[in-house]
Amino acid sequence: MRVMILAKSQPGSENPTNPTTEAVAAYWRYHEELVAAGILLAGDRLHPSSEAARVRFEGTSRTVTDGPFTEAKELVAGFWIWQVRSLDEAIEWLKRAPYDGGEFEIRQIFDQPTAG
Amino acid sequence: MESPRLVAALTRIVRDVGLAEDLAQDALEAALRQWPDAGIPDRPAAWLMGTAKHRAIDALRRRTTLQRKAEELGRDLELDQGTQRDLDTEIDNAAIGDDLLRLVFICCHPVLSIEGRVALTLRLLGGLATDEIARAFLVSESTIGQRIVRAKRTLSEARVPFEVPQGADFDARLASVLQVVYLIFNEGYSATSGDVWVRPALCEDALRLGRVLAGLVPEEPEVHGLVALMEIQGSRMRARTDPTGRPIRLLEQHRARWDRLLIDRGLAALARAESFEGPHGPYVLQAGIAACHARARIADETDWPRIVALYDALAQLTPSPIVELNRAVAVSMAYGPAAGLELVDALATEPSLMAYHLLPAVRGDFLMKVGRFDEAASELARAASMTRNVPERNLLLERSRAAGQAALDARER
Repeated sequence: MRVMILAKSQPGSENPTNPTTEAVAAYWRYHEELVAAGILLAGDRLHPSSEAARVRFEGTSRTVTDGPFTEAKELVAGFWIWQVRSLDEAIEWLKRAPYDGGEFEIRQIFDQPTAG
Repeated sequence: MESPRLVAALTRIVRDVGLAEDLAQDALEAALRQWPDAGIPDRPAAWLMGTAKHRAIDALRRRTTLQRKAEELGRDLELDQGTQRDLDTEIDNAAIGDDLLRLVFICCHPVLSIEGRVALTLRLLGGLATDEIARAFLVSESTIGQRIVRAKRTLSEARVPFEVPQGADFDARLASVLQVVYLIFNEGYSATSGDVWVRPALCEDALRLGRVLAGLVPEEPEVHGLVALMEIQGSRMRARTDPTGRPIRLLEQHRARWDRLLIDRGLAALARAESFEGPHGPYVLQAGIAACHARARIADETDWPRIVALYDALAQLTPSPIVELNRAVAVSMAYGPAAGLELVDALATEPSLMAYHLLPAVRGDFLMKVGRFDEAASELARAASMTRNVPERNLLLERSRAAGQAALDARER
């Protein structure tokens, strides 16, 4: 099964201060472990919402709102797509990510028809 | 999650894959007991490895009754003390990669039966439980358990060294590894028996093994070729069956349902494989064929002459009736069903295809296209009687009936 990990932005993370060299190194070590285990399919950080837009649908009308968006809790700052055997495996891997703050959400992706 | 790495490192120390697996299991269980109270250690992998290695030393001490064992113990203890220092500081990822690669090679060692290789690979490298493997292959748990026990015993009795083969041996041994991984993929991709035609979880396990392998031996084009092949074939998974589980043939699939992420990953892996010097191996060629389909936005855009050329190269490299059969299909698409039929008729007496249901299935298809409906109906019915897979059989019976109807219609005109 596949999961999408959504990294929620926290106050300040929309415009992060430069992370330390150690933090970057720890992140890449973790990233390499994900690749070596064959589970990382895709992923990236997202630009801050000041460079984003929203499109709201109401019947036939489309309303476009330019960023930045203020309700920080609802903002996604980055994502991964992982291939794992179970939600538990995803949780185990995510718990090992070298972060000391923030919130991540693991969502299961609808992919295969349930033939097996 | 850590289990394959643990088993690999421990096998190097205790020289017994069965014992290594037990020790790894012990360490994982200790972690489950201790971590909730004591908290997760800073370096969980190092903690697990340290715990497991201490247990390995204990286990070796208990086996000192025989002099031979005592000698082994001396050697292994020395070895362990040598590695003890870096253990507490940092796990050497490169060293673990080496151990993992050694584990890959012994799991797929030619001294084992194919079934043994598959079971051991899924168990030790895929980290699947025995009952999961049993479910995937529709055999009883005790059968898989026995296969694994027998495989471990064979490795131990044959004193198979825990090493990466060198020189000319390497290519043959790597071929065995790739074969095992692709076999696992194929059993998931089109199950040889049972009520469902595809078992996506098994394909995912094979893909993960392939990606891990590509990281361990990045200089081997065939590994990237196999990964490319599996990624591209896997990209069609959700388009290959209808909601009732009935197979949909490649050219009739909704290409919008193909998985772009896997196609892109597959094409990238293929590009990597093709970037190496020298002639392409069988997996790179097969991935090249799969890529021809993946690149075509609609079936009519498929570059069939290129596919025929790739099959020509494949047939020269690994001549087999099955490759010939696939080549015949490509030829029929590139140059018409009559040309394909000619090639397939030449395979009719091929002993190795006597029980292969796709031969009459393909021949039936060609006969249908050239308007020989009666023969098509009987070939398709024969194909249906030869497969043990229920959805596939139903599809063939349906096509046989359609051919029979076409024969009737033709007579009435």
